[in-house]
Amino acid sequence: MAVASPSRSTFGGFRSSLGGALTNPTFWRGIVALIGFALFWELCSRSKQMFGVQVPWIGMVPPPSDVLGAWAKVVTEPGYWQSWYLSLNRVLAGFIAAQIVGIPFGLALAVNRYFRDIFFPPFEILRPIPPLAWVPASLIFWPTNEMSIAFVTFLGAFFTVVINVLGGARTINVQYLRAAQSMGASQWDLFWKIILPGTMPSIFTGAAVGMGITWEVVVAAEMISGGGTRKGGGLGFFIWNSYMGGSLEQIVVGMISIGIAGYLCSSAIRYLGFAAMPWRRLF
Amino acid sequence: MTVMSKNPAAAPAVQSGGKGAISIRNVTKIYDPGGVNVVAVDNCSLEIAPGEICMIVGPSGCGKTTLLNAIAGFHSITSGTIHLDGELLCGPDKPKAEQGADRIVVFQNGALFPWKTIRDNVAYGPIVQGRLSPVEARGKADHMLAEAGLHDVGDKYPGEVSSGMARRAEIVRALINDPRVLLLDEPYRAMDALTKSIMHEALLEMYDRTKVTIFFITHDLEESIFLGDRVVVMTTRPAQVKKIVDVRIPRPRNYKVLSSNEFRVLFAEAKDAVHEEAIKAFEAGERELA
Amino acid sequence: MSGDGTSSVAIQRGGGAPARPRAPTGIAYFQYVLNKKLRSPTPYLMALGIGGWILIYWLFSEVWNLPRFEKMPGPVAVISDWFSRKPFQGTSIFTETYYVHIWVSVRRIMIAFAIATAIGVPLGLIMGWSRRFKDYAFPILETLRPIPILAWVPLAILMFKGLETPVIFLATLASLFVTVLNTMLGVESIDEAYFRAAGCLGSKPRQVFWHVVIPGSLPFIFTGLQISMGVAWFSLVAAEMVSGDYGLGYLILSSYVNSVTVPMVIGMLTLGFVGWITSALVRMAGNQMMQWRTRALALEGR
Repeated sequence: MAVASPSRSTFGGFRSSLGGALTNPTFWRGIVALIGFALFWELCSRSKQMFGVQVPWIGMVPPPSDVLGAWAKVVTEPGYWQSWYLSLNRVLAGFIAAQIVGIPFGLALAVNRYFRDIFFPPFEILRPIPPLAWVPASLIFWPTNEMSIAFVTFLGAFFTVVINVLGGARTINVQYLRAAQSMGASQWDLFWKIILPGTMPSIFTGAAVGMGITWEVVVAAEMISGGGTRKGGGLGFFIWNSYMGGSLEQIVVGMISIGIAGYLCSSAIRYLGFAAMPWRRLF
Repeated sequence: MTVMSKNPAAAPAVQSGGKGAISIRNVTKIYDPGGVNVVAVDNCSLEIAPGEICMIVGPSGCGKTTLLNAIAGFHSITSGTIHLDGELLCGPDKPKAEQGADRIVVFQNGALFPWKTIRDNVAYGPIVQGRLSPVEARGKADHMLAEAGLHDVGDKYPGEVSSGMARRAEIVRALINDPRVLLLDEPYRAMDALTKSIMHEALLEMYDRTKVTIFFITHDLEESIFLGDRVVVMTTRPAQVKKIVDVRIPRPRNYKVLSSNEFRVLFAEAKDAVHEEAIKAFEAGERELA
Repeated sequence: MSGDGTSSVAIQRGGGAPARPRAPTGIAYFQYVLNKKLRSPTPYLMALGIGGWILIYWLFSEVWNLPRFEKMPGPVAVISDWFSRKPFQGTSIFTETYYVHIWVSVRRIMIAFAIATAIGVPLGLIMGWSRRFKDYAFPILETLRPIPILAWVPLAILMFKGLETPVIFLATLASLFVTVLNTMLGVESIDEAYFRAAGCLGSKPRQVFWHVVIPGSLPFIFTGLQISMGVAWFSLVAAEMVSGDYGLGYLILSSYVNSVTVPMVIGMLTLGFVGWITSALVRMAGNQMMQWRTRALALEGR
């Protein structure tokens, strides 16, 4: 799917994909596009002081060169890294909780008909409610702010995880189950040797999507609720604080930081999926 | 191999027609996936007469489809020439043939557009070429479908009919354009033997009406002898012509031919050649190239 | 294939297809399905499931007043207020502001969704169609996409004047990413054989675009549009909470701030319901536009 490398060893694959990238027009076009985008942005932002013309919308955004300057200053402050740490903590807590509860729940929905009949309808009724709508109710219910954020984060990923696991488990080829049974597999074997690995691709799809939602929710929750307390912090609060303080450059720094953090988390999941499913590496 | 040098796989004098002669001369095709050269077709020559049903048989992944792709204009060739009725399709200065409605492919897994009704599928060619107005094209499509024994399926979508019906409709979609050559790429591969034999009779009936040249890829020997005027056995990759079996069973043929003595003799002759190559291909054990 | 028996009959040339018994349609079909469903335990277990959960919640919050649950509005309080002419906490189906909130949110969603679809689908089609265009546009899209929509809030407020535009911008942006990506994947998912078949039959590139690229990517486009509807609601609620004056998200947060918990729950449930309706509408539009798919799936009993 990603990069088809002829050799199976990681290093050889990496080297050939790197060599491939340097001769690949796609790679260079991507570089050209990103540089062009940055130049366009810079020009739009500076057009007022250079030509006296205000470009609508994008003209309000600080230019990338100023953002880089602000970033260079901010990375020396421990508060910035503290924000990273706090957000990452919340994301991981909510995400892991959603996996721990969601995967068994989804599998149970898939394998037991009565369980599904009883638990799936209320689940489906609650699912269309956007996670953020739970914030106030959660603030009322849970004793601390931190627990409320954790709960909403958990909910955001939970629904996606369950739907993916359920869908994945129900599309397992029945012939695999029959083949295993004909070779004398017990119910226990069926679950561990067929259903779980068969659902694995969907579990990882769900995890990747869930990770994205978790970041969305954490940032929003930090803006809505965590903003009040100094210690509450986090990258969402970093942005909100910069906005209140009128530092436009820092807003963009915060946005890019969250983007990088989210991207790193998704990459980690992709890598885990790659490591956990050797049979899917053929392509 | 032996026939190649002097009179390269000369075409037999087949009945009438007059159009649709394919001449493949010294064609070589080298793929280059990830820096490893794979010779798919090596210096292959073949003459196909107008109105002939030429069956190409060979082990999986031997390069039969490569040849078909070159004629259809999906892929380029590395060297050699391919002519259609004396016009150059592809050669040294023009490695890739242009796609055109004079050479229509019927694909392995079927390529009726699932989002168009069968009537609109059949009418598609004449409409996009601007030969007929949409109304005329649909009328002609209905007529041709009925002629092929496909009644009442015009309004259905391909997903609603059996695979056999869909495959026959796909051949009608090709024939409505009055092509010079029909290129069939294992069209009946996934079918059970009974459906297949019905498909064969339907195809032969359409052939008897149109006398179009047919280039037919398969690895079903029985099918190839039953349908073909000649059976061309290919070697395993890199593909070359290994043996040509002339099938002189008179037309029209029906399923009774399958139990005739003549058929059995031809089958044994072809089987020897194919079996040898199949073992070579199997022992190479490579994954098929698309 | 189930049709084998009949197809071998229909193949007799000139014989014509025999009359088959017609499958029930319309009300008869509905009755058939209903009957079949009522004979299985599923609907009763479903009712038991939903009823059981509401009962437990009612006991926890309104009968036993368990710690933490006591502060939550119970089902009786919510339902009696929701359908009351004189609601204690100010919001019910008889108050005008309730509908104003719904309408404001729905209107914002419709605008955002329409803009995102009008830009996203063509953009995605071109990205899937032209390798070169994708090479240039995709990296920019992928750079912006990991940034959570909510992180755009301050920037949106600065870039656009007023209250309405930033909120719509955020919902549009969220939808746009999803729509573009799915449309592009849709074009890339089309089997190469369809392009080849179209080429063989003498299509020009423009005709391939209209007859193959667009219909072939429709299934992915509509999957994308359903997801896009979901993320549009997600972002809208968040945006309304952060900066808004009306809308369901605002209703939920302002109720919390004013310590009226019942309208908060009413807001949540309404949000779920309206969100569900909008995505059902998208699904219906998809089925309508993809008759070929709907009918084939119906034959498989799905």
